[in-house]
Amino acid sequence: MNTLIAVLVGVLFGAGIFLMMSRTPVKLIIGLVFLSNAINLLIFDAAGLTRGIPPIIATGAETMAGSSADPLPQALILTAIVISFGVLAFALVLFNRTFKSLTARDLNELKATDT
Amino acid sequence: MNTLLVLPILIPLATAIACLMAWRSRTIQRIIGVIGAAGLLTTALILLATVWRQGIIATQLGNWPAPFGITLAADLLSAIMTVLGSLMGFTVMVYSLGSIDRRREAYGYYPFFHLLLMGVSGVFLTGDLFNLYVWFEVMLMSSFVLLALGGEKAQLEGAIKYVTLNLISSAFFLTALGILYGMAGTLNMADLAQLAKATKYPGVATTLSMLFLVAFGIKSAIFPLFFWLPASYHTPPVPVSAIFAGLLTKVGVYTLLRVFTLLFIQNPGYTHNLILAMAGVTMLTGVLGAMSHNEFRRILSFHIISQVGYMVMGLGLFTPLALAGSIFYIIHHIIVKTNLFLVSGVAHRLQGSFDLEKLGGLSLKAPALTVVFVISAFSLAGIPPLSGFWAKYILVLNSLQIESYPIAATALVVSLLTLFSMAKIWAGAFWGEPPDSSTSTVAPPSAPNLFTKAVLYGPMFLLAGLTLTIGLMTEPFMALAVRAADQLMDPAPYIQAVLESRP
Repeated sequence: MNTLIAVLVGVLFGAGIFLMMSRTPVKLIIGLVFLSNAINLLIFDAAGLTRGIPPIIATGAETMAGSSADPLPQALILTAIVISFGVLAFALVLFNRTFKSLTARDLNELKATDT
Repeated sequence: MNTLLVLPILIPLATAIACLMAWRSRTIQRIIGVIGAAGLLTTALILLATVWRQGIIATQLGNWPAPFGITLAADLLSAIMTVLGSLMGFTVMVYSLGSIDRRREAYGYYPFFHLLLMGVSGVFLTGDLFNLYVWFEVMLMSSFVLLALGGEKAQLEGAIKYVTLNLISSAFFLTALGILYGMAGTLNMADLAQLAKATKYPGVATTLSMLFLVAFGIKSAIFPLFFWLPASYHTPPVPVSAIFAGLLTKVGVYTLLRVFTLLFIQNPGYTHNLILAMAGVTMLTGVLGAMSHNEFRRILSFHIISQVGYMVMGLGLFTPLALAGSIFYIIHHIIVKTNLFLVSGVAHRLQGSFDLEKLGGLSLKAPALTVVFVISAFSLAGIPPLSGFWAKYILVLNSLQIESYPIAATALVVSLLTLFSMAKIWAGAFWGEPPDSSTSTVAPPSAPNLFTKAVLYGPMFLLAGLTLTIGLMTEPFMALAVRAADQLMDPAPYIQAVLESRP
């Protein structure tokens, strides 16, 4: 399972970066979405997948009996999802506004502020 | 809980909320904004004094002991950076009163300005890498809004480049965090530092350090990752450029200093030499870029890159004295660079342009501005006895001591080229022929009233005064930098302070 998800992460990274290389703004955004999802999966996978043992202390007990899934990566991923959602929403609006007001269709046309 | 560590984050948050509540009244927002910024500055100064007296302080939020809780920690470097951040917040806030237009004020300039300050303070004070990521995002979100606010075409275009590159940098950072967590099982910096010393996989640690270097390298605009900076920093209104120029890249430098003195010290022969090489090329490309431009703010933007090279150079040399030089350089640079951007704003107000050829004759028109520019520009170039001279002197001296001649030579040459490029602004904007008013398309601006003059010139005089003070009374500032560097070189007290601090 670990390996499978690792491969999936790799594919998502590759696809995301490939899309970001394109000149179309929509593809750039989709590439960013892929990238952030790939990273969320990577955090999940790197921390180790444990199946079927939720980190819940049994009634009456003071501590966990034996090992369990690590809840922290999921908390990290949740935070990362919220942040990337907000940032991507902002990026979408920004791209929309920019390409409307510049009447450009292509990222290559954005050269006015370059050096 | 030590409130002193929480206040630098809470005060800007409260100020931003208060500004949002007063959405309809610009006047109330301005008053709240100035009070909030002054409060933040006062707290930061108290924090610095406390850290100086008591040593490193740390606190755990939510009553969970480290490394499980959320740690806030301040050593001298954090405290110095917080003071500088809030000082820039205060001066630029006051300057904004006289230079931000009504529309931007009405659409939330002040709330986002303070949220930016909150993010910056958070980055400086957190003791946990994942929280560092969260604070980065808080800071970036507000900077995105400030950069795009107003919606001029150039601004939007600059914002696209800035936003995309920063998102990529955050992606790198988060990837590195994920792998680091998988390897170490903790993200508390003190805890990580303990584990780093005894790591079984130094190779993986070095690989990870490269991911961090790319992530923070984009943020601090070191070669070859700087391209977003000159493409975006000259587009927003002057106060926004000034606060970005003063703080945001230096936040990246701060994180580099933190991570590469605390966590990734397994293989300095590789990592720190790489950083040193990057620093040298950064200095050189930055200053060459600046020389090829003729627009006030574009020149200054390229100089940020070149100066970041000096700050990172101290980290690359990795000796106590060099790190002290880096910290001293950061202190000097933040003050001077912000001030130069503020000067460019007043110059634009007087002549209606940022183009050096259209500025001309400012020395007769605005003698006070000229004095401020001379102090800041010559300090940037490193003319004794101004602050930049001492900063460069320490770095070059140390690189000669440890026989790192190529970087010393680069630093000296770049310094000379910086002087050249400052002289270009001087000759073009301050000495040159005044533009022919009959051909000028811009109407001469109406004379500013006394209030506007006070809020524009007050911050500039304050910062220029500080530059002079640092230059003429170097001793106390140097002592501060040396002690901060000593704390960085010996992380044991930091680790102890964090892990043993009671909630």
